[in-house]
Parts: sequence; C-alpha cells; structure tokens
Amino acid sequence: MEELKKRIEQLEQELKIEKLKNETSSVARPKISQMSSEVVDSNPYSRLMALKRMGIVENYEKIRDYTVAVVGVGGVGSVTAEMLTRCGIGKLILFDYDKVELANMNRLFFQPHQSGLSKVEAAANTLSFINPDVQFETHNYNITTMDNFQHFMGRIKEGSLTNGPVDLVLSCVDNFEARMAINAACNEINQIWFESGVSENAVSGHIQFLIPGKTACFACAPPLVVASNIDEKTLKKDGVCAASLPTTMAIVAGFLVQNTLKYLLKFGQVSYYLGYNAMQDFFPTMMMKPNDGCDDYHCRLRQKEQRESLILNPVKETVSEEIAAVIHEDNEWGISLVDESEPVVEGAHSEIAPGIHAAYDLPVAEEVVEGSSDSVDANVSLEELMAQMKSM
Amino acid sequence: MVDEATRKSLSGIPLLKTKAGPRDKELWVQRLKEEFQALIKYVETNKQQDNDWFRLESNKEGTRWFGKCWYIQDLLKYEFDVEFDIPVTYPTTAPEIALPELDGKTAKMYRGGKICLTDHFKPLWARNVPKFGIAHAMALGLGPWLAVEIPDLIQKGVVVYKEK
Repeated sequence: MEELKKRIEQLEQELKIEKLKNETSSVARPKISQMSSEVVDSNPYSRLMALKRMGIVENYEKIRDYTVAVVGVGGVGSVTAEMLTRCGIGKLILFDYDKVELANMNRLFFQPHQSGLSKVEAAANTLSFINPDVQFETHNYNITTMDNFQHFMGRIKEGSLTNGPVDLVLSCVDNFEARMAINAACNEINQIWFESGVSENAVSGHIQFLIPGKTACFACAPPLVVASNIDEKTLKKDGVCAASLPTTMAIVAGFLVQNTLKYLLKFGQVSYYLGYNAMQDFFPTMMMKPNDGCDDYHCRLRQKEQRESLILNPVKETVSEEIAAVIHEDNEWGISLVDESEPVVEGAHSEIAPGIHAAYDLPVAEEVVEGSSDSVDANVSLEELMAQMKSM
Repeated sequence: MVDEATRKSLSGIPLLKTKAGPRDKELWVQRLKEEFQALIKYVETNKQQDNDWFRLESNKEGTRWFGKCWYIQDLLKYEFDVEFDIPVTYPTTAPEIALPELDGKTAKMYRGGKICLTDHFKPLWARNVPKFGIAHAMALGLGPWLAVEIPDLIQKGVVVYKEK
C-alpha cells in the first residue's frame, strides 16, 4: 500500500512537470550556440556582453565553460541559481532534499503552483525555460547522510562540463550540519567554495570565500555572526524557530553571485568575508587565516601543502590587502564611516573583526559537563550491545 | 546554562572517548560501542529513577536510529516515533532528532519534524565534542523539548491521547 501511494505521488509529480513543460514549450526560445554582443532586442546576452565593451570583464563568454554547484535551493540558493542562469553559466548542479511549500512563498523564485514538487526539479524546470543554454543536473537528497555524501563528493569531483571538478561550490544551506558536511567535502577534495547565510532573525547575513589551506575553513572557528545590535532580551524566540525576509535573502544571494562572477570572470576583488547588518546597513569585511589546530584533518593537510608551496614558490603575496581596514581610494562625495559605538549586546563572545564575532567561544572549561567516565568494556561486541539495548 | 535537573541527569551518562564518525570504519565501531553503553546506562538510570522515557535502536551500521519516546501527563502516556540519521560530520555536529508525526503541528520544528533546539544546545555540544553522544543529545535536546512542547500541544488539542 505504502509503496503504491508513493508511486502514485511520484507519477503525479511527473505529470505536473510534463504539463508545465507543455505549457511553456510553445514560448520557449531555441538554444543559442554562441554568445553574441550584438545589441538587438532578441539577444538575451547583449547587456552582459556589453561588460566587455566597457572594459569591466575581459572575456565574458568564458562563463559558458564554468560549472557551479549550488547546495541548498531555498531562499538564497534559488535566487542564486536564477542569477547564474540569467548570466548564462555553463552548467548548474543543484542539491536539495526539500519540497516546495506554501510557507516558502515569502521568499522569491518559487510559485504557489509548484507546491509539492521537489525544489531541485521545480527550479531546474523554471530555469531551463528562462535560459535553455544552461545545463542542469539535479540531486534530490540530503548530503549529510553517509551514502549521499559519497555521491555528493563524486559530483563535485566529476560534475563539470568536462567531467572534472566543478569550478565553484556555493553553499546556500540553512543549517550547521550541512555547512560542516560541505566544508568536510571541500577540504578533502581541495575545492574552492563560498559559504552564505542569513540569520534566523532575518536581519543579518554574510558570504565567506573559502580556499582550503589558505583561508579559514568553516571548522577553523565557531560559526561567525554579524552583530545585529539587537538586545537578546528583547528578541523573542517563543513559538518559532526561524524568521525570513525576501529582502535579506536576495541581498545575500546578490553578494554571493557578484563575488562568484568576480572570481570566475576575473574582475574586481573577491571578498573573503562580507557581512550584512540590516538594522544599520553595516557591511563588515575581513579575511581570516586558517587555524593550525583546526579539528578537520584535511584542513590541516591543505594548510601544510599551502606552506610547502609557499616555500617552493616564494611568490610575493599580492593579496595582502583587506585585513580589516577599508580604505577608499577616491571619495568624491566625502563619505566617511561614523563610529556607531552603541554597545554590542551579543559581544560577550570574542570579536573577530569589527562587527563580526563568534557565535560562541571554545572551549570554556567550566561549561564542560561532568559525567561518569565508565571505561568501555572491550570484551563486549557491538552486536551484544545492540541486542541488550533492544531487549530493554 | 545547564540547569540543575539537566546536570543531574547528565551526570548519570557515561562520557564517550572516541572521536569518530560513520566514515571512520573501525573507529566508528568503537564509537558505536561507547554510544550503546552510554545509552544502556542512561536508560537503566532512568528506569531506576522512575523516569523511563525512550527506547532507541539502530540499523547495523549505526547510521540510522529509530525508536519511541513518550511523555506522561495526568497518568496518560503520549507516545511518539523518534528517528534521526547520524550525519557524516558526527560527532562534531549533533544528530538532528525528529518526531515525524508532529511535523507541521508545531512551529518549534524544522521541516521533516526535526525538533528546534534551544540556543544553548549547539554551543554546549560543541564544547563537549567528542564526549557527548546520542544519550546526551536525547537528555539535552529531546527531553527538554518534550517537557515544554507536549503539554502545550495537549492543551491546544493538537496532540490527543491514543489507546495503544
């Protein structure tokens, strides 16, 4: 019975997708084999190719060679995927285990009629209609479980247009566990990635650029928090786990894709960490070095490789810029930063850079909870223990 | 951050030693043994203190856990299925305990019926890696959650007593 129900559900979904395809196929545009910079109404790439003429980007067409993996296709991930699709990215690999729900409608991208569809399928369907030149690959699973994690790593390693590693992984997930899983995978594979996030109170967010061995990985320090300058006592969490705003999510997605484009198409400066405090419109930036005592073995390994390669090729580090201070070269409007030295209430935890602190400190001896430390009886087998537990 | 009652129930749970997750092969088996021993001890203590409130078992790899938990109010036993996967990043990250049948019935849940933990749970867990295990996650996460949420859900009529 259960299986039949599932099968019917699956078939209904497929039918829904087919119907959508039929509705849209009549107006879909044909694929375009080469990006043209011709400025005509019918060219979807003319305004992007204009970036070349204006001298911003040297070779915009290069974007078609790139593959980006978007992990988490929710409020941030779906908008991120849409931006990249409209920019004409070569290939997108989407990962998410969730379904579209009406409760998602305060965010952008998904529409009410897509409720019940898997997010990755619904997204790929809409996106391939927006830009049929982009290749889509979708995976509807939770990356943090054993089997899926192996597959996830495989796709990061071999998912590009040339079956090599993807060019960039974008983390758009909403929980610590998934971020740590992406971090573990990227450290192990030596994959460059961006992390992004929006706070549970919806009024701050951040993006972070992670180069294994070169910048702090996600496990190098407790999660970073952009100071929201809200008194914790007035913040009520009764009755709900998380709030969200389409604005904050779109802003963070915008930051994320902007820096993705800068990294892939080699223009401007890529931010290592860019925070957003919506309450005061404050945008802290910084760069964080890896922790040589990081808990992640592969992070330490990448750091070692980094040190060795620096000894072999003592290239003058050209990226010795942003540590914390932001200097504007020209300032024709005479804008200066005002010291908003209101007491930072959450600031009980170590401040990493102005406006950015750790979610919690590690380790505080007195917090460590005492427990009886019975040593494990080595003679008992796992099967016996499992049986004992079951018979209780 | 940890109240006296929680501290007391925690003190009865053996701490774990092996820092290993499901990707660590033999070390994971060692960790699993510690997990089971801690759980067995915790359930025994609960029974002795007349506060027996859950049963758990796992698949043979120890990566998927399932069982029952219950809450007693006015001599009526409200029972719920409990389940969770062990993430690849365990024990650095805690398991996300879920009560699927309550999914959508309370705002104190994430999708799939994963319980919404307090602000204190994750920092406390992070400070106690790898000593905390599944038994600690139950004692610090699910236990307090049930104690707050279930009476509220009963009062709202969302959870009703079922004869079993």
